[in-house]
Amino acid sequence: MANNKHEHLKNLTRGIFIENPLFVMILGTCPALAVTKSLEAALGMSILFMITLIGSNVVISLLKKLIPEAIKIPCYIVIIASFVTVIKMLCEAFLPELYSTLGVFISLIVVNCIVLGRAEAFANQNTVFDSFLDAIGMSLGYGLALVIMALIREILGTGGITMGNILTFIPYFSFVPLASYKLQFFQMPAGAFLVLGLILCVIAFYQNRKHEHQVVKERLIKQEQALLAAQNENKAPNVEVK
Amino acid sequence: MQTSAAVTFILAIISGMLVDNVLLSRFYGCCSFIGVSKKVESALGMGIAVVFVIIFASLICWPIYNFILVPLEIPFMDTITYILVIASLVQFIAIVIKKYVPKLYNSLGIYLPLITTNCAVLGVVQANTDMEYSFMLSMANAIGTALGFLLVIVVFACIRNRLESANVPKCIKGTPIALITASLMSIAFLGFLGMISI
Repeated sequence: MANNKHEHLKNLTRGIFIENPLFVMILGTCPALAVTKSLEAALGMSILFMITLIGSNVVISLLKKLIPEAIKIPCYIVIIASFVTVIKMLCEAFLPELYSTLGVFISLIVVNCIVLGRAEAFANQNTVFDSFLDAIGMSLGYGLALVIMALIREILGTGGITMGNILTFIPYFSFVPLASYKLQFFQMPAGAFLVLGLILCVIAFYQNRKHEHQVVKERLIKQEQALLAAQNENKAPNVEVK
Repeated sequence: MQTSAAVTFILAIISGMLVDNVLLSRFYGCCSFIGVSKKVESALGMGIAVVFVIIFASLICWPIYNFILVPLEIPFMDTITYILVIASLVQFIAIVIKKYVPKLYNSLGIYLPLITTNCAVLGVVQANTDMEYSFMLSMANAIGTALGFLLVIVVFACIRNRLESANVPKCIKGTPIALITASLMSIAFLGFLGMISI
Protein backbone atom coordinates (compact mmCIF):
# COMPACT_ATOMS: atom_id res chain seq x y z
CA MET A 1 0.00 0.00 0.00
CA ALA A 2 2.74 2.40 0.96
CA ASN A 3 4.61 1.39 -2.15
CA ASN A 4 1.49 2.05 -4.19
CA LYS A 5 1.15 5.54 -2.74
CA HIS A 6 4.77 6.18 -3.54
CA GLU A 7 4.13 5.22 -7.17
CA HIS A 8 1.21 7.66 -7.38
CA LEU A 9 3.33 10.45 -5.93
CA LYS A 10 6.03 9.69 -8.46
CA ASN A 11 3.52 9.95 -11.31
CA LEU A 12 2.51 13.35 -10.00
CA THR A 13 5.93 14.87 -9.42
CA ARG A 14 7.74 13.40 -12.40
CA GLY A 15 6.36 15.97 -14.83
CA ILE A 16 7.30 18.94 -12.68
CA PHE A 17 11.08 18.58 -12.50
CA ILE A 18 12.67 15.36 -13.75
CA GLU A 19 10.72 15.15 -17.01
CA ASN A 20 9.71 18.80 -17.33
CA PRO A 21 8.05 18.89 -20.76
CA LEU A 22 9.53 22.19 -21.88
CA PHE A 23 12.96 22.40 -20.27
CA VAL A 24 13.98 18.73 -20.31
CA MET A 25 12.03 17.10 -23.14
CA ILE A 26 11.85 20.30 -25.25
CA LEU A 27 8.26 19.73 -26.36
CA GLY A 28 5.59 22.33 -26.91
CA THR A 29 8.01 25.11 -27.75
CA CYS A 30 5.69 27.01 -30.11
CA PRO A 31 3.21 28.31 -27.50
CA ALA A 32 6.02 28.64 -24.96
CA LEU A 33 7.80 31.13 -27.17
CA ALA A 34 4.67 32.94 -28.29
CA VAL A 35 2.64 33.50 -25.12
CA THR A 36 5.42 34.33 -22.67
CA LYS A 37 5.47 38.01 -23.53
CA SER A 38 3.54 38.75 -20.36
CA LEU A 39 3.13 36.83 -17.12
CA GLU A 40 -0.64 36.93 -17.32
CA ALA A 41 -0.82 35.42 -20.79
CA ALA A 42 1.51 32.64 -19.64
CA LEU A 43 -0.67 31.97 -16.58
CA GLY A 44 -3.81 31.92 -18.72
CA MET A 45 -2.22 29.57 -21.22
CA SER A 46 -1.12 27.23 -18.40
CA ILE A 47 -4.66 27.10 -17.02
CA LEU A 48 -6.19 26.31 -20.43
CA PHE A 49 -3.47 23.78 -21.13
CA MET A 50 -4.02 22.07 -17.78
CA ILE A 51 -7.77 21.67 -18.36
CA THR A 52 -7.17 20.22 -21.84
CA LEU A 53 -4.47 17.81 -20.73
CA ILE A 54 -6.45 16.53 -17.73
CA GLY A 55 -9.55 16.05 -19.86
CA SER A 56 -7.81 14.30 -22.73
CA ASN A 57 -5.63 12.11 -20.51
CA VAL A 58 -8.61 10.93 -18.42
CA VAL A 59 -10.87 10.25 -21.42
CA ILE A 60 -8.17 8.48 -23.42
CA SER A 61 -7.28 6.32 -20.45
CA LEU A 62 -10.98 5.47 -19.99
CA LEU A 63 -11.31 4.49 -23.65
CA LYS A 64 -7.96 2.77 -24.00
CA LYS A 65 -9.52 -0.68 -24.53
CA LEU A 66 -12.11 0.58 -27.04
CA ILE A 67 -9.75 2.44 -29.38
CA PRO A 68 -8.43 0.17 -32.15
CA GLU A 69 -4.65 0.11 -32.46
CA ALA A 70 -4.63 1.00 -36.18
CA ILE A 71 -6.44 4.35 -35.91
CA LYS A 72 -5.45 5.41 -32.42
CA ILE A 73 -3.70 8.67 -33.41
CA PRO A 74 -6.76 10.11 -35.26
CA CYS A 75 -8.93 9.07 -32.31
CA TYR A 76 -6.65 10.86 -29.86
CA ILE A 77 -6.60 13.96 -32.05
CA VAL A 78 -10.38 14.10 -32.24
CA ILE A 79 -10.70 13.73 -28.45
CA ILE A 80 -8.12 16.45 -27.86
CA ALA A 81 -9.69 18.73 -30.48
CA SER A 82 -13.11 18.40 -28.81
CA PHE A 83 -11.68 19.48 -25.47
CA VAL A 84 -9.87 22.38 -27.10
CA THR A 85 -13.10 23.50 -28.80
CA VAL A 86 -14.98 23.44 -25.49
CA ILE A 87 -12.23 25.41 -23.78
CA LYS A 88 -12.04 27.89 -26.61
CA MET A 89 -15.76 28.60 -26.35
CA LEU A 90 -15.64 28.89 -22.54
CA CYS A 91 -12.66 31.22 -22.78
CA GLU A 92 -14.36 33.38 -25.39
CA ALA A 93 -17.43 33.70 -23.16
CA PHE A 94 -15.86 34.28 -19.75
CA LEU A 95 -12.37 35.67 -20.42
CA PRO A 96 -12.62 37.55 -23.73
CA GLU A 97 -9.40 39.50 -23.03
CA LEU A 98 -7.44 36.26 -22.64
CA TYR A 99 -9.10 34.89 -25.78
CA SER A 100 -8.02 37.84 -27.89
CA THR A 101 -4.49 37.85 -26.43
CA LEU A 102 -3.78 34.16 -27.02
CA GLY A 103 -5.66 34.15 -30.31
CA VAL A 104 -4.82 31.24 -32.54
CA PHE A 105 -2.63 29.61 -29.91
CA ILE A 106 -5.69 28.28 -28.07
CA SER A 107 -6.56 26.24 -31.16
CA LEU A 108 -2.95 25.20 -31.49
CA ILE A 109 -3.15 23.28 -28.19
CA VAL A 110 -4.58 20.52 -30.44
CA VAL A 111 -1.23 19.99 -32.12
CA ASN A 112 0.83 20.57 -28.99
CA CYS A 113 3.24 17.65 -28.87
CA ILE A 114 2.89 17.31 -25.10
CA VAL A 115 -0.82 16.44 -25.14
CA LEU A 116 -0.50 13.85 -27.89
CA GLY A 117 2.75 12.60 -26.40
CA ARG A 118 1.22 11.99 -22.97
CA ALA A 119 -1.76 10.24 -24.57
CA GLU A 120 0.52 7.96 -26.52
CA ALA A 121 3.20 7.40 -23.89
CA PHE A 122 1.19 7.31 -20.68
CA ALA A 123 -2.61 7.46 -20.81
CA ASN A 124 -3.14 4.49 -23.11
CA GLN A 125 -1.21 2.15 -20.80
CA ASN A 126 -2.12 3.31 -17.32
CA THR A 127 -5.15 3.55 -15.05
CA VAL A 128 -7.45 6.55 -15.05
CA PHE A 129 -6.21 7.80 -11.67
CA ASP A 130 -2.56 7.57 -12.67
CA SER A 131 -3.26 9.37 -15.94
CA PHE A 132 -5.06 12.09 -14.01
CA LEU A 133 -2.05 12.55 -11.71
CA ASP A 134 0.33 12.48 -14.67
CA ALA A 135 -1.71 15.17 -16.43
CA ILE A 136 -1.64 17.40 -13.34
CA GLY A 137 2.10 16.93 -12.91
CA MET A 138 2.91 17.53 -16.57
CA SER A 139 0.74 20.62 -16.84
CA LEU A 140 2.16 22.03 -13.59
CA GLY A 141 5.65 21.49 -14.97
CA TYR A 142 4.74 23.16 -18.25
CA GLY A 143 3.02 26.01 -16.42
CA LEU A 144 6.05 26.50 -14.19
CA ALA A 145 8.32 26.65 -17.23
CA LEU A 146 6.04 29.18 -18.95
CA VAL A 147 5.87 31.34 -15.82
CA ILE A 148 9.67 31.36 -15.42
CA MET A 149 10.13 32.42 -19.04
CA ALA A 150 7.38 35.03 -18.83
CA LEU A 151 8.80 36.49 -15.60
CA ILE A 152 12.21 36.97 -17.18
CA ARG A 153 10.78 38.43 -20.38
CA GLU A 154 8.25 40.73 -18.74
CA ILE A 155 10.59 42.10 -16.06
CA LEU A 156 13.42 42.74 -18.51
CA GLY A 157 11.18 43.85 -21.35
CA THR A 158 8.82 46.25 -19.55
CA GLY A 159 10.73 47.01 -16.37
CA GLY A 160 8.21 45.50 -13.97
CA ILE A 161 5.03 43.47 -13.67
CA THR A 162 1.50 44.44 -14.59
CA MET A 163 -1.45 42.22 -13.69
CA GLY A 164 -5.20 42.40 -14.20
CA ASN A 165 -5.30 43.47 -17.83
CA ILE A 166 -5.82 40.05 -19.35
CA LEU A 167 -6.95 37.82 -16.48
CA THR A 168 -9.74 40.11 -15.40
CA PHE A 169 -10.57 38.16 -12.23
CA ILE A 170 -7.27 39.31 -10.71
CA PRO A 171 -7.42 42.84 -9.24
CA TYR A 172 -5.42 45.30 -11.35
CA PHE A 173 -2.02 46.25 -10.12
CA SER A 174 1.04 47.59 -11.83
CA PHE A 175 4.55 47.66 -10.39
CA VAL A 176 6.94 49.07 -12.95
CA PRO A 177 9.91 50.61 -11.13
CA LEU A 178 12.38 50.22 -14.00
CA ALA A 179 10.16 51.47 -16.81
CA SER A 180 12.81 53.88 -18.11
CA TYR A 181 15.42 51.08 -18.29
CA LYS A 182 13.32 48.54 -20.16
CA LEU A 183 14.95 46.41 -22.87
CA GLN A 184 12.44 46.19 -25.69
CA PHE A 185 14.45 43.30 -27.12
CA PHE A 186 13.00 40.81 -24.64
CA GLN A 187 9.45 41.56 -25.76
CA MET A 188 10.36 40.74 -29.34
CA PRO A 189 10.41 37.23 -30.88
CA ALA A 190 14.22 37.23 -30.85
CA GLY A 191 14.16 37.70 -27.09
CA ALA A 192 11.94 34.65 -26.67
CA PHE A 193 14.42 32.41 -28.50
CA LEU A 194 17.31 33.87 -26.52
CA VAL A 195 15.62 33.42 -23.11
CA LEU A 196 14.70 29.80 -23.82
CA GLY A 197 18.20 29.10 -25.14
CA LEU A 198 19.84 30.59 -22.06
CA ILE A 199 17.54 28.69 -19.66
CA LEU A 200 18.36 25.41 -21.43
CA CYS A 201 22.02 26.36 -21.24
CA VAL A 202 21.87 26.89 -17.45
CA ILE A 203 20.06 23.56 -17.01
CA ALA A 204 22.64 21.76 -19.15
CA PHE A 205 25.44 23.41 -17.14
CA TYR A 206 24.07 22.10 -13.83
CA GLN A 207 23.36 18.67 -15.29
CA ASN A 208 26.89 18.42 -16.65
CA ARG A 209 28.29 19.43 -13.28
CA LYS A 210 26.13 16.88 -11.49
CA HIS A 211 27.20 14.24 -13.97
CA GLU A 212 30.88 15.09 -13.47
CA HIS A 213 30.45 14.94 -9.69
CA GLN A 214 28.86 11.54 -10.06
CA VAL A 215 31.70 10.30 -12.26
CA VAL A 216 34.25 11.50 -9.72
CA LYS A 217 32.27 9.95 -6.88
CA GLU A 218 32.01 6.62 -8.70
CA ARG A 219 35.73 6.64 -9.35
CA LEU A 220 36.43 7.32 -5.68
CA ILE A 221 34.11 4.51 -4.62
CA LYS A 222 35.81 2.15 -7.06
CA GLN A 223 39.24 3.09 -5.71
CA GLU A 224 38.03 2.51 -2.17
CA GLN A 225 36.61 -0.86 -3.11
CA ALA A 226 39.81 -1.80 -4.87
CA LEU A 227 41.76 -0.81 -1.76
CA LEU A 228 39.44 -2.84 0.46
CA ALA A 229 39.68 -5.80 -1.88
CA ALA A 230 43.46 -5.54 -1.83
CA GLN A 231 43.43 -5.42 1.95
CA ASN A 232 41.11 -8.42 2.08
CA GLU A 233 43.37 -10.36 -0.27
CA ASN A 234 46.30 -9.55 1.95
CA LYS A 235 44.35 -10.67 4.96
CA ALA A 236 42.79 -13.75 3.43
CA PRO A 237 45.95 -15.86 3.11
CA ASN A 238 46.82 -15.02 6.72
CA VAL A 239 43.45 -16.32 7.84
CA GLU A 240 43.97 -19.53 5.90
CA VAL A 241 47.40 -19.97 7.38
CA LYS A 242 45.95 -19.75 10.86
CA MET B 1 -8.25 46.95 -60.64
CA GLN B 2 -6.86 43.71 -62.01
CA THR B 3 -3.25 44.78 -61.43
CA SER B 4 -3.90 46.04 -57.94
CA ALA B 5 -5.38 42.65 -56.97
CA ALA B 6 -2.32 40.90 -58.37
CA VAL B 7 -0.02 43.30 -56.55
CA THR B 8 -1.85 42.69 -53.28
CA PHE B 9 -1.52 38.96 -53.86
CA ILE B 10 2.25 39.17 -54.41
CA LEU B 11 2.73 41.60 -51.54
CA ALA B 12 0.85 39.25 -49.22
CA ILE B 13 3.11 36.37 -50.27
CA ILE B 14 6.27 38.39 -49.62
CA SER B 15 4.91 39.67 -46.35
CA GLY B 16 4.10 36.13 -45.15
CA MET B 17 7.48 34.88 -46.29
CA LEU B 18 9.87 37.55 -45.02
CA VAL B 19 8.25 40.26 -42.94
CA ASP B 20 6.03 38.15 -40.71
CA ASN B 21 8.00 34.94 -40.99
CA VAL B 22 6.16 31.89 -39.75
CA LEU B 23 8.99 30.50 -37.64
CA LEU B 24 10.90 33.54 -36.50
CA SER B 25 8.11 35.92 -35.61
CA ARG B 26 4.94 33.85 -35.29
CA PHE B 27 6.59 30.72 -33.80
CA TYR B 28 4.40 28.19 -35.66
CA GLY B 29 6.14 24.88 -36.14
CA CYS B 30 9.02 25.43 -33.74
CA CYS B 31 9.04 21.78 -32.62
CA SER B 32 9.97 20.51 -36.06
CA PHE B 33 12.18 23.55 -36.56
CA ILE B 34 14.38 22.49 -33.64
CA GLY B 35 13.97 18.75 -34.19
CA VAL B 36 14.46 18.27 -37.92
CA SER B 37 17.02 20.95 -38.74
CA LYS B 38 20.14 18.93 -37.98
CA LYS B 39 20.76 17.87 -41.58
CA VAL B 40 20.24 19.94 -44.71
CA GLU B 41 18.64 17.09 -46.70
CA SER B 42 16.06 16.27 -44.06
CA ALA B 43 15.29 19.95 -43.54
CA LEU B 44 14.74 20.33 -47.28
CA GLY B 45 12.49 17.25 -47.36
CA MET B 46 10.45 18.44 -44.39
CA GLY B 47 10.19 21.94 -45.86
CA ILE B 48 8.92 20.71 -49.23
CA ALA B 49 6.40 18.38 -47.60
CA VAL B 50 5.13 21.22 -45.42
CA VAL B 51 4.79 23.48 -48.49
CA PHE B 52 2.57 20.85 -50.17
CA VAL B 53 0.42 20.26 -47.12
CA ILE B 54 -0.07 23.93 -46.17
CA ILE B 55 -1.13 24.94 -49.68
CA PHE B 56 -3.52 22.01 -50.16
CA ALA B 57 -4.94 22.36 -46.64
CA SER B 58 -5.75 26.04 -47.19
CA LEU B 59 -7.20 25.23 -50.60
CA ILE B 60 -9.59 22.70 -49.05
CA CYS B 61 -10.36 24.26 -45.69
CA TRP B 62 -11.48 27.67 -46.92
CA PRO B 63 -14.44 26.26 -48.97
CA ILE B 64 -15.28 23.82 -46.19
CA TYR B 65 -15.57 26.64 -43.67
CA ASN B 66 -17.42 29.08 -45.89
CA PHE B 67 -19.72 26.70 -47.80
CA ILE B 68 -20.37 23.96 -45.24
CA LEU B 69 -19.75 25.10 -41.66
CA VAL B 70 -21.16 28.62 -41.96
CA PRO B 71 -24.44 27.67 -43.73
CA LEU B 72 -24.97 24.86 -41.20
CA GLU B 73 -24.29 27.37 -38.38
CA ILE B 74 -21.60 25.25 -36.78
CA PRO B 75 -18.52 27.45 -37.24
CA PHE B 76 -17.32 26.43 -33.76
CA MET B 77 -16.49 22.98 -35.17
CA ASP B 78 -13.69 24.53 -37.23
CA THR B 79 -10.70 23.20 -35.27
CA ILE B 80 -11.96 19.60 -35.27
CA THR B 81 -12.77 19.75 -38.98
CA TYR B 82 -9.44 21.26 -39.90
CA ILE B 83 -7.37 18.76 -37.95
CA LEU B 84 -9.28 15.88 -39.56
CA VAL B 85 -8.83 17.42 -43.02
CA ILE B 86 -5.11 17.88 -42.39
CA ALA B 87 -4.64 14.35 -41.05
CA SER B 88 -6.40 12.77 -44.02
CA LEU B 89 -4.66 15.12 -46.45
CA VAL B 90 -1.28 14.07 -45.11
CA GLN B 91 -2.25 10.42 -45.57
CA PHE B 92 -3.54 11.14 -49.07
CA ILE B 93 -0.42 13.01 -50.12
CA ALA B 94 1.73 10.21 -48.71
CA ILE B 95 -0.15 7.62 -50.80
CA VAL B 96 0.00 9.74 -53.99
CA ILE B 97 3.70 10.49 -53.63
CA LYS B 98 4.41 6.83 -52.88
CA LYS B 99 2.61 5.77 -56.06
CA TYR B 100 3.92 8.35 -58.52
CA VAL B 101 7.20 9.69 -57.10
CA PRO B 102 8.64 6.85 -55.02
CA LYS B 103 12.04 8.55 -54.92
CA LEU B 104 10.61 11.62 -53.19
CA TYR B 105 8.61 9.37 -50.86
CA ASN B 106 11.73 7.56 -49.75
CA SER B 107 13.57 10.78 -49.08
CA LEU B 108 10.66 12.31 -47.15
CA GLY B 109 10.19 9.08 -45.21
CA ILE B 110 9.06 9.63 -41.65
CA TYR B 111 8.61 13.39 -42.03
CA LEU B 112 5.31 13.03 -43.86
CA PRO B 113 3.21 11.68 -40.95
CA LEU B 114 4.90 14.15 -38.60
CA ILE B 115 3.36 17.06 -40.50
CA THR B 116 -0.07 16.34 -39.01
CA THR B 117 1.18 17.64 -35.68
CA ASN B 118 3.12 20.54 -37.16
CA CYS B 119 1.54 23.71 -35.77
CA ALA B 120 2.36 25.62 -38.95
CA VAL B 121 -0.35 23.84 -40.95
CA LEU B 122 -3.18 24.19 -38.45
CA GLY B 123 -1.91 27.64 -37.50
CA VAL B 124 -2.17 29.01 -41.01
CA VAL B 125 -5.59 27.51 -41.69
CA GLN B 126 -6.95 28.70 -38.35
CA ALA B 127 -5.47 32.17 -38.81
CA ASN B 128 -7.14 32.42 -42.23
CA THR B 129 -10.47 31.68 -40.56
CA ASP B 130 -9.93 33.92 -37.54
CA MET B 131 -8.82 36.89 -39.65
CA GLU B 132 -11.72 36.31 -42.08
CA TYR B 133 -9.44 36.49 -45.11
CA SER B 134 -10.89 36.26 -48.61
CA PHE B 135 -10.01 33.19 -50.67
CA MET B 136 -7.23 34.93 -52.61
CA LEU B 137 -5.73 36.46 -49.51
CA SER B 138 -5.78 33.19 -47.60
CA MET B 139 -4.08 31.42 -50.49
CA ALA B 140 -1.45 34.18 -50.57
CA ASN B 141 -1.00 33.81 -46.82
CA ALA B 142 -0.61 30.03 -47.19
CA ILE B 143 1.92 30.25 -50.03
CA GLY B 144 3.92 32.96 -48.28
CA THR B 145 3.96 31.09 -45.00
CA ALA B 146 4.93 27.81 -46.62
CA LEU B 147 7.78 29.37 -48.60
CA GLY B 148 8.94 31.24 -45.49
CA PHE B 149 9.03 27.96 -43.57
CA LEU B 150 11.05 26.29 -46.32
CA LEU B 151 13.50 29.19 -46.56
CA VAL B 152 14.17 29.50 -42.85
CA ILE B 153 14.42 25.79 -42.07
CA VAL B 154 16.93 25.22 -44.90
CA VAL B 155 19.07 28.25 -43.99
CA PHE B 156 18.94 27.24 -40.34
CA ALA B 157 19.98 23.66 -41.16
CA CYS B 158 23.00 24.98 -43.06
CA ILE B 159 24.01 27.12 -40.08
CA ARG B 160 23.54 24.19 -37.71
CA ASN B 161 25.72 22.03 -39.94
CA ARG B 162 28.55 24.50 -39.41
CA LEU B 163 27.81 24.71 -35.68
CA GLU B 164 28.40 20.97 -35.33
CA SER B 165 32.11 21.51 -35.91
CA ALA B 166 32.30 24.79 -33.97
CA ASN B 167 34.04 24.70 -30.65
CA VAL B 168 31.34 25.96 -28.26
CA PRO B 169 31.24 25.40 -24.48
CA LYS B 170 29.85 22.02 -23.53
CA CYS B 171 26.75 23.36 -21.78
CA ILE B 172 25.40 25.23 -24.83
CA LYS B 173 26.02 22.43 -27.30
CA GLY B 174 22.94 21.14 -29.11
CA THR B 175 19.59 22.79 -28.52
CA PRO B 176 20.69 25.91 -26.55
CA ILE B 177 23.07 27.11 -29.26
CA ALA B 178 20.40 26.34 -31.87
CA LEU B 179 17.92 28.57 -30.04
CA ILE B 180 20.48 31.36 -29.66
CA THR B 181 21.19 31.11 -33.40
CA ALA B 182 17.46 31.30 -34.07
CA SER B 183 17.35 34.44 -31.96
CA LEU B 184 20.09 36.04 -34.07
CA MET B 185 18.29 35.00 -37.27
CA SER B 186 15.12 36.53 -35.90
CA ILE B 187 16.96 39.82 -35.37
CA ALA B 188 18.21 39.62 -38.95
CA PHE B 189 14.66 39.15 -40.21
CA LEU B 190 13.59 42.24 -38.25
CA GLY B 191 15.32 44.14 -41.02
CA PHE B 192 12.39 43.31 -43.30
CA LEU B 193 9.92 44.79 -40.83
CA GLY B 194 9.42 48.19 -42.38
CA MET B 195 9.45 46.91 -45.94
CA ILE B 196 5.78 46.18 -46.60
CA SER B 197 2.61 46.98 -44.76
CA ILE B 198 -0.73 45.67 -45.95
